[in-house]
Amino acid sequence: MSATTATSRKARPPVRRGAAGPLFTAPFLLLFLLLYLAPLGYAAYLSLFQQRLIGGNVFVGLDNYVTALKDPLLLHGVGRVALFFVIQVPLMLLLALLFALALDSGLLRLARVIRLGIFVPYAVPSVVAALMWGYLYGPDFGPFAQASRKLDLPAPHFLSDGWMLGSLANIVTWEFVGYNMIILYAALRTIPNDLYEAAAMDGAGPWRIAWSVKLPALRPALLLTLLFSVIGSFQLFNEPSLLMKIAPDVISSSYTANLYAYSLAFTGNQLNYAATVSFLLGLVIVIASYAVLLTANLRRAT
Amino acid sequence: MPRSFVPTSSLSRRRFLASTGAVSLGATLAACSGGSGTSGSSSSAKPASQADIDKAMKTPTQLTFWTWVPDIEQEVALFEKKYPAIKVKVVNAGQGVAHYTKLRTALKAGTGAPDLAQIEYQAIPTFTITDSLLNLSPYGASALKERFVDWTWGQVSGPGGEVWAIPQDTGPMGMLYRKDIFDRHGIQVPQTWDEFAAAARKLHKAAPDVYLTNLAANEPAAWHGLLWQAGAKPYATSGKSTLSISVDDATSKKLASFWGGLAKEGVISTDPDFTDAWYAGFNKGKYATWLTAAWGPAFLSGSAKATSGNWRAAPLPQWDASKPSSGNWGGSTTAVLRSTKNPIAAARFAQFLNSDPASAKMFATKQFFFPATKALLADADFTGDAPAFYGGQKVNQIFADISGTVSPSFQWPPFLDQAATDWTETVGKSLAGRSDTVAALGTWQSRLTTYAKNQGFTVRGA
Repeated sequence: MSATTATSRKARPPVRRGAAGPLFTAPFLLLFLLLYLAPLGYAAYLSLFQQRLIGGNVFVGLDNYVTALKDPLLLHGVGRVALFFVIQVPLMLLLALLFALALDSGLLRLARVIRLGIFVPYAVPSVVAALMWGYLYGPDFGPFAQASRKLDLPAPHFLSDGWMLGSLANIVTWEFVGYNMIILYAALRTIPNDLYEAAAMDGAGPWRIAWSVKLPALRPALLLTLLFSVIGSFQLFNEPSLLMKIAPDVISSSYTANLYAYSLAFTGNQLNYAATVSFLLGLVIVIASYAVLLTANLRRAT
Repeated sequence: MPRSFVPTSSLSRRRFLASTGAVSLGATLAACSGGSGTSGSSSSAKPASQADIDKAMKTPTQLTFWTWVPDIEQEVALFEKKYPAIKVKVVNAGQGVAHYTKLRTALKAGTGAPDLAQIEYQAIPTFTITDSLLNLSPYGASALKERFVDWTWGQVSGPGGEVWAIPQDTGPMGMLYRKDIFDRHGIQVPQTWDEFAAAARKLHKAAPDVYLTNLAANEPAAWHGLLWQAGAKPYATSGKSTLSISVDDATSKKLASFWGGLAKEGVISTDPDFTDAWYAGFNKGKYATWLTAAWGPAFLSGSAKATSGNWRAAPLPQWDASKPSSGNWGGSTTAVLRSTKNPIAAARFAQFLNSDPASAKMFATKQFFFPATKALLADADFTGDAPAFYGGQKVNQIFADISGTVSPSFQWPPFLDQAATDWTETVGKSLAGRSDTVAALGTWQSRLTTYAKNQGFTVRGA
């Protein structure tokens, strides 16, 4: 607030201009405060206590954080989503990029239909998607299993320990390729035609244009999709929590960090510890996001 | 139904008719006091006088009732007809865990909690530990004891004669089996678990795609019912803060080596239940029996229509055939929240809803609940029902007989959700993974002990 008034005092066109800004941003700021900062603050506050079934609520300072940093269930959960991120996200973004470039090239027939087709999974709620894939993966009556049995091949174990992370990655990729593709495609459409003409005059073919003109122009959009993916991966929740019902022996209540926080709060009645875990998870996401931004900026600088 | 036990299990669409509570029961500290301390000593709270009750029942009042029972408005209407001054607002806040989570949140927030709530037997201790339930004994509930099946009363009452809830429906466990599959392979209905194991091996050898039964690796409720049948006492509370946990005692180990052994041999399956694949399994004849509760027959006839006429019911196989016993899986109660502003009206409503003959009967005929009152279990209208799905067998009669063999002294822990999750991740996982189930009991025991200590309980060893 004070910063705004300071600027308006200096600015030549007086008062009114300064008043409009805060007015427009006020709804956002209010909601940001109420729905984001306040719960965040409350979670931080909660994380300093321990409420027990016997003995009531006790102030424990940073004890919960000390416990969490040594908690193998949490560390495994974070490790699992990190692995998921490292494998799934590059694959998904690469696919999204290829689709976006192909659509943008103008060489595809039925481009509109294809574009819609790739995007449609994003419109399917993730709950429905997970249920659908859960059925497809089924070891008895799922179509893949039935088909392989018809061919006298062993049925694939999509829901087993070794395959589960890949099966989840497949669902998430299926859901979000279209979404990322649309962002990249929209960014491609904003590239001015002059650039292509100039490149063509310099003798560049379509591949060269894609590599030297389109890709660099896509960098901000790619970074955006990457950031969304960081956040999405570390918050992985819906898909594992739904597949848990059909593969309870593989997906435990601490399979991902987010799932762990949820189970702590609603199964274990350990709200305070759940707040701690959520807070730490938030921190991990912030750090990972900054790491992504930083490496991207360093690259641009060099 | 079956599974509100497990946190992730509120699969609402599958719980359609038998929302009968899941799993088995609830708790109560009563058992320690020999199960008999419940009737006499309602002295801890002062009884409401008849004049107070009459006055309250004529004062215009609105009660809020959270329940997931479909069409319960019909039963509520009977009450409102008798007490026109009192209106009951029925709210469906979800089933099982979703419902409890909302309830706990409202209680914690200090506002928004209903006057009454549907509570499964096994969840009662998780609410009495937080002092959230109203003792109904001062409002005439103790007098109802004789109307309800003995073990249900043990589940709803406290050591000092408190009555924490009024039983609504139950789930004594029995065995549904495929007569056609049994006949085809020359299998007799097993009377003992030894015969059951032999039949499991024989059947799977003869028909590799068929399993004698499916013991779901995600169903702690069924496991607890089987523990109950075997006479285990996995949890016992004395006082408020002292707890014995013995989920790996000799009885549990017997159960674990039996089921773990069959799972390891691969002669039973361990598919998660209430999933699409599981329903398909019933319809396609993958499972020859379902060890289930009294709500199972109605549930199965709606879910496995393709197999109509092939099923029959029988008691569970026994550990000791000379002393038939069973456990319970499912069923629920009506409880009054301590925070209610209308304790008399709410307490009387809970009692009327479940003990009034017309209302109780309606639960059995409209919602297909398995009754908790002795009168209905002896009612020829109820026991004489002979559904075509079971080849005209009087299934209700079979389960009514089983109901009398359920031990009254089983208790639940004050943190059931945690116990259920830990079961799935230890014992359940060992069944599905064909690893050592007896060893998994030890892990379950130590996880529960650690949790209980963290929550401030004094834990006595097994």
